[in-house]
Amino acid sequence: MKITIDNISIEVSEGTTILEAARKIGGKIVPPAMCWYSKLKNTGGKCRTCLVKVAQSSSKDPRPIPKLVASCSTPVQDGMVVQNITSQEVLDARKAIVEFLLINHPLDCPVCDQAGECDLQDLSFLHGVVETRSDEERREFPVIDIGDKIKLNMNRCILCYRCVFIADQITSKRVHGVLYRGDAAEISTYIQNVIDNDFSGNMIDVCPVGALTDRTFRFKSRVWFLNPMDAHRECSHCPGKVTAWMFGNEIYRITGRKDEFGELEEFICNECRFEKKELTDWFIERPKKIKRESVISANHYEKLIKSSIIHPIEGTTEQQE
Amino acid sequence: MGRPVLIEKIGIPGIRDFAVYRAHGGYSLAEKTLKKMTPAEVNREVTKSGLRGRGGAGFPTGLKWSFLDRKTDKPKYLVCNADESEPGTFKDRYLMEHLPHLLIEGLIISSFALGVKTCYIYVRGEFKYIIGILKKAVDEAYQQKFLGENILGTSFSLDIFLHPGGGAYICGEETAMLESLEGKKGNPRIKPPFPAYKGLYDCPTVVNNVETLAAVVPIIGMGGDAYAKIGIGKSTGTKLISACGNINKPGVYEIELGLPVEDFIFSEEYCGGIKNGKRLKAVIPGGSSVPVLPAGLILRTLKGEQRLMTYESLEEGGFDSGTMLGSGGFIVYDEDACMVRNTWNFTRFYRHESCGQCSPCREGTAWMEPVLRRIEQGEGKYSDIDLLVNIADKIEGNTICPFGDAAAWPVSSAIRHFRHEFEFHIEHPEIVKNPDHGSLIQYPVSSIQYR
Ligand SMILES: Cc1cc2nc3c(=O)[nH]c(=O)nc-3n(C[C@H](O)[C@H](O)[C@H](O)COP(=O)(O)O)c2cc1C
Ligand code: SF4
Ligand code: SF4
Ligand code: FES
Repeated sequence: MKITIDNISIEVSEGTTILEAARKIGGKIVPPAMCWYSKLKNTGGKCRTCLVKVAQSSSKDPRPIPKLVASCSTPVQDGMVVQNITSQEVLDARKAIVEFLLINHPLDCPVCDQAGECDLQDLSFLHGVVETRSDEERREFPVIDIGDKIKLNMNRCILCYRCVFIADQITSKRVHGVLYRGDAAEISTYIQNVIDNDFSGNMIDVCPVGALTDRTFRFKSRVWFLNPMDAHRECSHCPGKVTAWMFGNEIYRITGRKDEFGELEEFICNECRFEKKELTDWFIERPKKIKRESVISANHYEKLIKSSIIHPIEGTTEQQE
Repeated sequence: MGRPVLIEKIGIPGIRDFAVYRAHGGYSLAEKTLKKMTPAEVNREVTKSGLRGRGGAGFPTGLKWSFLDRKTDKPKYLVCNADESEPGTFKDRYLMEHLPHLLIEGLIISSFALGVKTCYIYVRGEFKYIIGILKKAVDEAYQQKFLGENILGTSFSLDIFLHPGGGAYICGEETAMLESLEGKKGNPRIKPPFPAYKGLYDCPTVVNNVETLAAVVPIIGMGGDAYAKIGIGKSTGTKLISACGNINKPGVYEIELGLPVEDFIFSEEYCGGIKNGKRLKAVIPGGSSVPVLPAGLILRTLKGEQRLMTYESLEEGGFDSGTMLGSGGFIVYDEDACMVRNTWNFTRFYRHESCGQCSPCREGTAWMEPVLRRIEQGEGKYSDIDLLVNIADKIEGNTICPFGDAAAWPVSSAIRHFRHEFEFHIEHPEIVKNPDHGSLIQYPVSSIQYR
């Protein structure tokens, strides 16, 4: 099947979504995806950041689709013509979505562990939305520990549902989910259950924002002070291929390895993630290549911090490369 | 105007009971269908009738039925949408309360046409007494062999299950309803796939409104062609309208589609005019989700034509000057109503009822609500008005399900037609702090009308 996205054509097989086709083409025409995750079933459709314009439905039916569609959940038709960054309507809608996602976001990037590797931060810079026009009070939830390894800051959550699907699909038992509805909806463990199973740590990595963070992250540090290194070990539960975030000879944090779209290459087990923090635990391969355009690599971080609590230290951004 | 077609039996004492319903000719059409007709013939009559979904969207029923995947070896389901929760809409409740057997008869005929053996009625949870009435009626129908195995000795079998909702408006959206029936949280599904292919438990499913399914009975009774002769153009047959607000005779009326809106509001047969001799200010003709129109535009289109109670006539003028027939929840406002308060009230509802899955709706409804509250309470600023229009605009069309549009339209239409009232609130905070400020709002004389 042939599809054309922003004037670039590609052949894909039946059942491919517009977003998958765009990722095959690659580059700037790939719509941002805050909820869809290629390695998790049933994700997508929720955040609406991936909306695109279908200018021609197929060669059989050349009519456009009147509404924008979610590229992550719309299958390609033969002869489909799609506009992403070539459509002002799409760019306007995306900007609006980013603003919606920020209305209740605490914008506490200076104190957030995710800063520098946050999809929402990257997206808001890309679309020039740093603040919203909202004067209303932000929604507030208490920050809670869900088990001894993971911290949940619901104020930062964008309700992408990835952590729900991952718990369903790769852990033995899901003990958390989305409670309530509308803007009262929240991720929670019902009656404060504790999330404790072998692969639960991957929830942290699939979370596009800093809502789920690693409680074992040693000596709180801004990620951009750290050197991400590809590392591996023999592991009986998982492939054992990780990114070790290091400062000097110390490992501060272990995460899964992410690809250019910010997705994990492989899921890793909790033992690798939370328990192996000594240099001797790992075989360090090489510095990790960070391909994607993050806020940090674009050296935009100070704009966000504004009148901030923590000042970025000059020169630290180079460490990402 | 016209004789009732759908609820003609409603005045008969005791009609809720099987025996009385049967004695007045009830179930004879189900009997005729099962014994003398083929499913294809029933489908043909329904298609010919031009019947359109009475749940709000007005989608042609015959066409919807034709989409059902019949080649499958999976079970097929019919789900009757009785979740009626749209503010202003209370016609299905009226039908189920008085004529439960009419609905069951409609379900039997429709299930036969669709090749369905299992049918669910998803009833709004707050309708507790209705659930009792339906349960009794279903039990009676089983006892009388109109439900169960081999109905009336034919090879056709049908089970009907009642399922009370848990109190969520969103479960009226058909795919949220299927999730809820499956025991999950009522989050609308991402389409495609559509229910006709993958519905309840991943099996082909048709979801129809109560009134739609009940209307199949008179269609079989008089024939699709005769039904199509009632009404005008593509708005065939009759429609139940639940009328409420500042009128003399609120209630549920069966009208022939094509009745002039003016006659519906002012004639003694229907609403009986505006209460207390007041003037008409505005109407929402199809439930809270459709655009509000000021008196001048609801009675006549911009072209000066008389506005009729049809899908097409109410839509005339698009969203600039038209609205929609929707579910038939007809809400009338007199000159003392405050359109800002009304809009805020609806937005509170939508904020509360959003399922929260997709960001424009979850965040947008929760943003518009406090802005409207501030304006209503005399704490708004001019820029809030355009901000609201902009938020509504950014929700519309960008969401998973039509709820987002339903939440956006009341706001954008109220500002489109009653901007002066929003401005009045901003200019006169001391007046709007009075809880009964509706009658104190000054508007251009042209925006209200006498009969
Ligand atoms: C938010 C929302 C609420 C709805 N509520 C109802 C309802 O209470 N009753 C209903 O029949 N249809 C409701 N609908 C429409 C249904 O999704 C569906 O279109 C309808 O049941 C189809 O039946 P019909 O073709 O017979 O009208 C709702 C739709 C939305 C988006
Ligand atoms: S906690 Fe993170 S992964 Fe889970 S729904 Fe919220 S944003 Fe998504
Ligand atoms: S539009 Fe609103 S109700 Fe519909 S899926 Fe999105 S959040 Fe839920
Ligand atoms: S990635 Fe498509 S809607 Fe979120």
